[in-house]
Amino acid sequence: MIPVSKLLVIGGSAGSLDILMQLLPELEADWPLAMIIVLHRKSDSDMLLARLLAGKTCLPLKEADEKDLLLPGHIYIAPSDYHLLIEPDGSLTLDASEKVNYSRPSIDVTFMSAAEVFGDRLYCILLSGANIDGTEGLKEVKELGGFIAVQDPEEAEVAFMPKHAMTVVPVDKVLGIREMISFVKELS
Amino acid sequence: MDSLRHLKDEEIVILLNDLLEQYGYDFTDYSFASVKRRLQRVYTTDRFPSFAEFRYRVKSDPVYLTYLMEQITVNVTEMFRDPAFFEALRKHVLPVLATYPFIRIWHAGCSTGEEVYSMAILLHEMDLLHKSVIYATDINESVLEKARKGIFPLAHMQQYSQNYQQSGGQQEFSRYYAANYEYAKFSELLSEKIIFAAHNLVTDRSFNEFQLIVCRNVLIYFNKDLQDKVLHLFSDSLEQLGFMALGAKETLRFTSIASLFKPIVQKEKIWRKIST
Ligand SMILES: C[S@@+](CC[C@H](N)C(=O)[O-])C[C@H]1O[C@@H](n2cnc3c(N)ncnc32)[C@H](O)[C@@H]1O
Repeated sequence: MIPVSKLLVIGGSAGSLDILMQLLPELEADWPLAMIIVLHRKSDSDMLLARLLAGKTCLPLKEADEKDLLLPGHIYIAPSDYHLLIEPDGSLTLDASEKVNYSRPSIDVTFMSAAEVFGDRLYCILLSGANIDGTEGLKEVKELGGFIAVQDPEEAEVAFMPKHAMTVVPVDKVLGIREMISFVKELS
Repeated sequence: MDSLRHLKDEEIVILLNDLLEQYGYDFTDYSFASVKRRLQRVYTTDRFPSFAEFRYRVKSDPVYLTYLMEQITVNVTEMFRDPAFFEALRKHVLPVLATYPFIRIWHAGCSTGEEVYSMAILLHEMDLLHKSVIYATDINESVLEKARKGIFPLAHMQQYSQNYQQSGGQQEFSRYYAANYEYAKFSELLSEKIIFAAHNLVTDRSFNEFQLIVCRNVLIYFNKDLQDKVLHLFSDSLEQLGFMALGAKETLRFTSIASLFKPIVQKEKIWRKIST
């Protein structure tokens, strides 16, 4: 049995950190989903990211370790240089295999893996970036019944990534930062 | 190739059973998500029209099996991967081993051997290689074949040389290999003391006693039970006061052998066996 019923995965690349810094403080202590954040970054900025983001939220937030169990109200950051996969029992696997879209962690990899396990109980949001990572994953999430959204390219620091996704997959929602905050807050 | 079929969980289970029953390779205690992703990749790339044909190919074609094995396991590796780890070996482990008359090291899950050649370079630089034997093992014959040759893409040398320096290397890295247009062939001085052999951590037993066991980025692909089983195998294969080194994201903490070990360089995942 997976100890959490729904999962939110947020994927971002260049220009995404700022949005997360705005979003995370808005979530209250009883926010009921589990959240995974997959962010492209240089490999050495490691633990810093988790520490930085942990300071922005009252929810427990950590860099994902292998075998961590997804729990309600917990936030997990994909560590640099590993892909993050989700097991059928809701535990996490780290995988140091080849880069995907020149990225490790790759957003596609986590989106797809999450879709296999969570199906229509999955929400995915793709943020700002200059990469095509995320698009294939969103496609699969959609196919398996999940909900997909992108950051409004107009508001994104780097519009390419969400824009690219929109041209390939019909997304369920295009979210400005204000809407994104209320959307995530109200997930239940 | 968009909507090629996805393998179902049940189909993965069937394939894993075939591999076990027919060939004796047991992947059933591996991370399911990882194995599934790898199998899905093969299934899509090789464009099988149906699961049944995929299954038939695996069951009937031993050459394809070898290839599949290589695809299921993750073989990504590099020389002096995580330079700080190799620096810790230089500073905290090898000086201790230097006091022994004879050094036995086991690299389990050595893949194509980059890590093992890195170790040989360290031993050579500390003038220990002549009294060392390194056993380097992997489940895959095909990666071992590459490892034995000691030939790696020249394009990687810049990165490896950088890693080497970050690990505290003082020499010109290029002295360790002969370069041609595309490849770097590492000196036989290094490989002389390395024995590459097939060994399956799931099914095979201990084959010697060691003073240092290095098994990095292998356990992350195993489930908890299998991790525990393999860690026992390592513990049983270590001399008293022997060293155990794991990958950056792996740990002895919370395992059933944790109490037998004490951390030496916690951050670099190096432990020492303090009781039996
Ligand atoms: C990611 S590589 C690690 C290479 C190297 N140790 C490093 O850290 O760079 C993992 C290796 O473990 C091997 N492996 C997987 N299952 C194994 C098993 N049951 N027994 C022995 N080796 C195994 C794979 O074939 C692969 O070469």
